[in-house]
Amino acid sequence: MQDGYALELKHVSKNFGNVAANHDVSLNVRHGEILALLGENGSGKTTLMNMIAGIYYPDAGEIYINGERVMITSPKDAFYYGIGMVHQHFKLVDVFTATENIVLGIDNGEKFSLKSSAGKIREISSRYGFEIDPEKKIYNMSVSEKQTVEIVKVLYRGANLLILDEPTAVLTPQETRKLFEVLRKMRDDGKSIIIITHKMHEVLTISDRVAIMRKGEYIDTVETSGADEELLTEMMVGKKVSLNIDHPEPHDIRERLVVRNLSMTDGEGVRVLEDISFSVFGGEILGIAGIAGSGQRELLEAIAGLRRLDGGDIFYFDPKSGEKEDLRNKTPLQIREMGVRLSFVPEDRLGMGLAGNMDIVDNMMLRSYRKGRTLFVNRKNPHKLADKIVSELEVVTPNVNTPVRRLSGGNVQKVLVGREISSSPTVLMAAYPVRGLDINSSYTIYRLLNEQKSNGVAVIFVGEDLDVLLELCDRILVISSGKVSGILDARNTTKEEIGRMMTKTGGVDEND
Amino acid sequence: MKMTENATVGEKRSGRNEKRSKEPLLHITKRTDIPLSRAIIIRAVAVVSALVFGGIVTIFLTGDNPISIYVTIFEGAFGNSTRIWFTFQQIAILLCISLAVTPAFKMRFWNIGAEGQVLIGCLATAMCMFLLGDIMPTWLLILTMTVASIAAGIIWGVIPAVFKANWGTNETLFTLMMNYVAIQLIECFLKIADKSGSNTVGPDKLNNGWLPNLFGQQYLLNIVIVAVLTAVMYIYLKYTKQGYEISVVGESVNTAKYIGINVKKVIIRTMALSGAVCGLAGLLLVGGTSHSIDSNLADNRGFTAIMVSWLAKFNPIMMIFTTFLIVFLERGADEISSKFGLNSSFSDILTGIILFFIIGSEFFVQYQVHVNKNHRIFAKTRKER
Repeated sequence: MQDGYALELKHVSKNFGNVAANHDVSLNVRHGEILALLGENGSGKTTLMNMIAGIYYPDAGEIYINGERVMITSPKDAFYYGIGMVHQHFKLVDVFTATENIVLGIDNGEKFSLKSSAGKIREISSRYGFEIDPEKKIYNMSVSEKQTVEIVKVLYRGANLLILDEPTAVLTPQETRKLFEVLRKMRDDGKSIIIITHKMHEVLTISDRVAIMRKGEYIDTVETSGADEELLTEMMVGKKVSLNIDHPEPHDIRERLVVRNLSMTDGEGVRVLEDISFSVFGGEILGIAGIAGSGQRELLEAIAGLRRLDGGDIFYFDPKSGEKEDLRNKTPLQIREMGVRLSFVPEDRLGMGLAGNMDIVDNMMLRSYRKGRTLFVNRKNPHKLADKIVSELEVVTPNVNTPVRRLSGGNVQKVLVGREISSSPTVLMAAYPVRGLDINSSYTIYRLLNEQKSNGVAVIFVGEDLDVLLELCDRILVISSGKVSGILDARNTTKEEIGRMMTKTGGVDEND
Repeated sequence: MKMTENATVGEKRSGRNEKRSKEPLLHITKRTDIPLSRAIIIRAVAVVSALVFGGIVTIFLTGDNPISIYVTIFEGAFGNSTRIWFTFQQIAILLCISLAVTPAFKMRFWNIGAEGQVLIGCLATAMCMFLLGDIMPTWLLILTMTVASIAAGIIWGVIPAVFKANWGTNETLFTLMMNYVAIQLIECFLKIADKSGSNTVGPDKLNNGWLPNLFGQQYLLNIVIVAVLTAVMYIYLKYTKQGYEISVVGESVNTAKYIGINVKKVIIRTMALSGAVCGLAGLLLVGGTSHSIDSNLADNRGFTAIMVSWLAKFNPIMMIFTTFLIVFLERGADEISSKFGLNSSFSDILTGIILFFIIGSEFFVQYQVHVNKNHRIFAKTRKER
């Protein structure tokens, strides 16, 4: 048995420019415990963990491992002290097998043998209950399998302290449960685990203690057994937050958008959408659930006129005249010129919805700059709109001439959603609109979507948090590998059912 | 974007069970905001350090008095009225080409073919003067020259743009290769126009179609044209819908598509504009300045212009200053190499030193360097498990 804490941080600080990402953080991790690190986006969780993993170096403060003062200046140092981090974005070589990825970069002077390595990997797997095929190539793996490889990779290197950065963000509820079982076994084996997440119910299920951070500062560590959701949220946000999303019954719904037998291939000829059919009604929120990368993005971009279809139809019903318009293979400009008020909040906010180096005013103009016959742009109305959005949605910015890239994630999203709503749309599509947003901003976005719904807008909401989908949406379309695996009534279904449909490979399974 | 890096300065000695490691000595962070006065001070310090360092190098390499060298640099550019006019003419031409490349670079289209676009404009002008000089009245000849040079520049700019827009070819290679084609076409013209085998066709053969003098000054018309062009380009980029579209495409092609901008059209249109202004620069060079043509007439200004444009962060007004700086240094450097009988490489060394300091100062304007005061050294030991 070793002395002291597995890890102890004393007065650690880290600044980026004038921003204090971490200020005077002191926390500790015991041997054989799971510590959840809880905090909103931008509260400095990942920065703190990156300092332990040797990616950043602290400006001030001390780090102790097993009671001994250490210096971690590179990821190599971190491995040396038995620290392994599993990042949110996997760092694997696609064309290599699991074993090849796991042993990659190890130089311990021993004779290199893939066979014995594979044996050692099997041994680790059976010890903790991983399901892993050492010979399988990464590109054939599902997201959860890739994650398993990442975890085994750090265990293989002898990690005693594992850091998992939002490991459940990409998993279905079933996969999450399986991951938690493995984590518990590792804990019982004496390993220490830090898990970063902002899903409250997961924190309560898996952790022994919870450390809370807010705006770069360490708030407190509490025993999980004595905590509940309200308490943790309050500590995390700094004030009481109502965690209820309005869920009014839709009324007076009329068919607005009909998608029929839509099929599409990507640039490489891989089929990304197959035979998709559904309708969206004005006055309701249709949720789209699915594992990330199942075709959600392509579907919305196809409707917005950004991609060419291989087959199928997209029809739009004008709410005033009731006329039917064919949107198939129209460009975004043609769609607008037809009088279809289609708003779209894309997943990649700065890469697609906004221009990062332009200021808020110029970003307001993106949709409207063509107005008028003159050669010149008119910045007067966009300026007014920018002022209005900044004040109504409480966008935190020095002024409206600040480049949007300088704003925080939540404020960027408010600018984008504000602009898209300002054109009084009849269809509003939003892809992961709360990803990376803090609790308050997220609830602002939910409120705005609900407002649009009650205005009779047909809202399409692509989300990842199933609890939110169930609370916010009226119907949920579940998509799996580019196919519709079902459309559910959100008021009469469960997370488990959605999770099961997310992994279903559709009617005919091609692989087996 | 978080732009903080930890520069690890210090060495590591590794043994089996013991390693020594140092804390990083330097810590570089990006400034979020810098007062204007401080930015000016940093740049002024850069200029002074450049002069001092250049002076030391001068003494070390040549033994000449650095102060008299600097005086000569100044005199080379502004010594008398002929030199002043010539300096301003050089500024006008370089500024014109810099304005030409700016819309393309703002669109993130890596047009390194300005050299060829200028040369083809030169060629079109010279051909009009050579072939039509004796059969057209001057006003009609000048009009024809203008149209021909601009059209030639447009063609040279649009060809790579069409390929880029439709088939995604690499515009850097494409525009670069177009330069060589333009050079070879001029060589071909030289062989045909001057059978004597000289490498240039001079004012004796291109004796009609000279751009008129304004108030008795040969270069004034060029300067006025470029001054107007600077203002127009500033307004075009900042206040017109087309200028706005260029910025959006440069920011993100996906955003441009998302709001319904026809990206292909914008790429081709912008490169046509770039080429047109380059062609115009060719007209000013042949018709307004040299009245002669050779394949080295553009004198690498198509490449220098890229530096001017980036240094000015694509702001046409700022480009006046960056062009001024570069032309001033070049003119002065020419002067010292002739007056002090120094090798021309020496003036390149001085120009290089000064540019290095000035461009390098931008790093300190954007980043802050902290020195880690308690630069601690630790022994690292590993407990055997």
